[in-house]
Amino acid sequence: MNAGGEPLLHFAAFEKLWGGLENVKHIEPETASPGRVRGWTSGRPQRFGDRIFSNLTLIFALVIVGILFGFVVILNIDAIPAISKFGLSFLGSSSWDPVKEQFGALPAIYGTLLSSLIGLVIAVPISLGAAIFLVEMAPSWLKGTASFLIEMLAAIPSVIIGLWGLFVLVPLVRSPVESWLGSKLGFLPLFQGPPFGVGFLAAGIILAIMVIPIITAVSRDAIRAVPDSQREAMMALGATPWETIRRAVLPYCRSGLVGAVILGLGRALGETMAITMVIGNSYALTASLFSPGATIASKIASEFSEATGGVFIGSLVELALVLFAVTLLINIVARLLIWRMTAVKAPIE
Amino acid sequence: MLGLSSAAAGFGVLILALILGYIVVHGIAFLNLDFLTQAAKPVGEAGGGMRNEILGTIILIVLASVFGLPVGLMAGIFLAEFASPRAASAVRFMADILAGVPSIVVGVFAYAIMVRPMHSYSALSAGVALAIIIVPIVARTAEESLRLVPNSMREAALALGITRWRAVVGVIIPGAITGIVTGIMLAIARIAGETAPLIFTALGSSFGFQGLLKPIGALPLQIFRYAMSPYPDWHQQAWAGAFVLIMLVLGISVLVRWISNRRRI
Repeated sequence: MNAGGEPLLHFAAFEKLWGGLENVKHIEPETASPGRVRGWTSGRPQRFGDRIFSNLTLIFALVIVGILFGFVVILNIDAIPAISKFGLSFLGSSSWDPVKEQFGALPAIYGTLLSSLIGLVIAVPISLGAAIFLVEMAPSWLKGTASFLIEMLAAIPSVIIGLWGLFVLVPLVRSPVESWLGSKLGFLPLFQGPPFGVGFLAAGIILAIMVIPIITAVSRDAIRAVPDSQREAMMALGATPWETIRRAVLPYCRSGLVGAVILGLGRALGETMAITMVIGNSYALTASLFSPGATIASKIASEFSEATGGVFIGSLVELALVLFAVTLLINIVARLLIWRMTAVKAPIE
Repeated sequence: MLGLSSAAAGFGVLILALILGYIVVHGIAFLNLDFLTQAAKPVGEAGGGMRNEILGTIILIVLASVFGLPVGLMAGIFLAEFASPRAASAVRFMADILAGVPSIVVGVFAYAIMVRPMHSYSALSAGVALAIIIVPIVARTAEESLRLVPNSMREAALALGITRWRAVVGVIIPGAITGIVTGIMLAIARIAGETAPLIFTALGSSFGFQGLLKPIGALPLQIFRYAMSPYPDWHQQAWAGAFVLIMLVLGISVLVRWISNRRRI
């Protein structure tokens, strides 16, 4: 626990993805690790059995490291047929022709970025608002229940949200939403084209539904970590509750909030099943939000089981490699931001 | 402005209620005993169920646990008990990164290391893919649970002259067993719903269980295939399957929550 007794973000970020351990207290690793306590054997384990056991655990821990390196190595090796044939132009080309063996990743990358952007645009205000509500305004009997319910949303498997999206959301998007948007704002290239229902708009809404729980949970922890002295000081100066939140609380936990959004982005980029079901699977670059498209994950999911030939499979593996690299980068940035939030704020208190 | 915040929180809960409501309503309408006990029928024939797929999901969960739980638990023990601070933070960091890898990339990896060399889709390769997803979850939750065991217990064990590994296995782990078990259950709830890694490792099968080296069907996979098909009766089956799956996943999550609430002292 840090001085304020608040749950620590570096694990809170992780556990919110899978929920459930919120009621378990968190302990600052530096104070609880037995390795540092002089009472535990200081230094190397002495007995034969101890050495075997600790080496055994080390081996299994190295398996994790090995898996990660295995990812990098294997994905690169299997993508070689495509990398050697297309080089960097793979990332800029829009063709996808299994017969002539011409593949390009651009519409997939564009689709991934666009759908994630729409998802975040919808999700961030809602998540932030919900997090503020859960920390600052909710009565204590409501806090636990509402948090639990929002985390239950995170537990729903992606294929089920895709099922719901395909049969409930897409017809809704097709008739009221897209027709209205097309008639009122159709002069913008964003809202032109026939209202299919499936497409980037539906995909963005589904992504928003999937990342709201994560961003809410991590933001809630960030806002909770702001010490009460900040709020009390603002109120002593005569600020209204909203002014307190806007000027004292939110700027204090800014990096934690940004980390939360980036974690949500990382989740959105890798989302496969729900997106595959509502995005329409068409492979062209269009400006309209109504048009169907593809993301990297949906492309891989749709075509991998039917792919034949080294270049085809190699292109799909190269897509997976691009996705792996991007989510890796984003997760690292998110964790650094969230760790910085705890590291910087603790000494002040 | 504060009212907007409440509205936002309410919206989140509303969406959950909508999704669950639709699944319950549509799923129960098409759920009957046949669904749980019969194999899939061809399109157009009435009846038929997802018995093989439910069995397939159970088999895959068992496989993934057999491969993933030992690795995860031992890695968690390493992180909590035996690692130096630098090694611990390095391995912890890698586990967090592994946890963040999209499940479809894990599927591609499992395809490359298992399906390709074996020249066959198999339940084993799907088990490996799901195990890779399980390992970081179990490792981190096991580590956190083990850290919660107070140091006084370790010191008491040493004072009694127990060797270190015996102390870990016999004293520390039982002290942390609740947290470890809830972590395992959460991981299982997670992989029960995973579809993307299964698409090109397990592939799905029209027949029942044919052995670990043959393709196998699974519940989320079948829901996906049926939902994307053009047949209304398959859509009904997809809703019923979704109901079964969500009962399983949410049941485990609620159980975990209840257990950790009860043990909270």
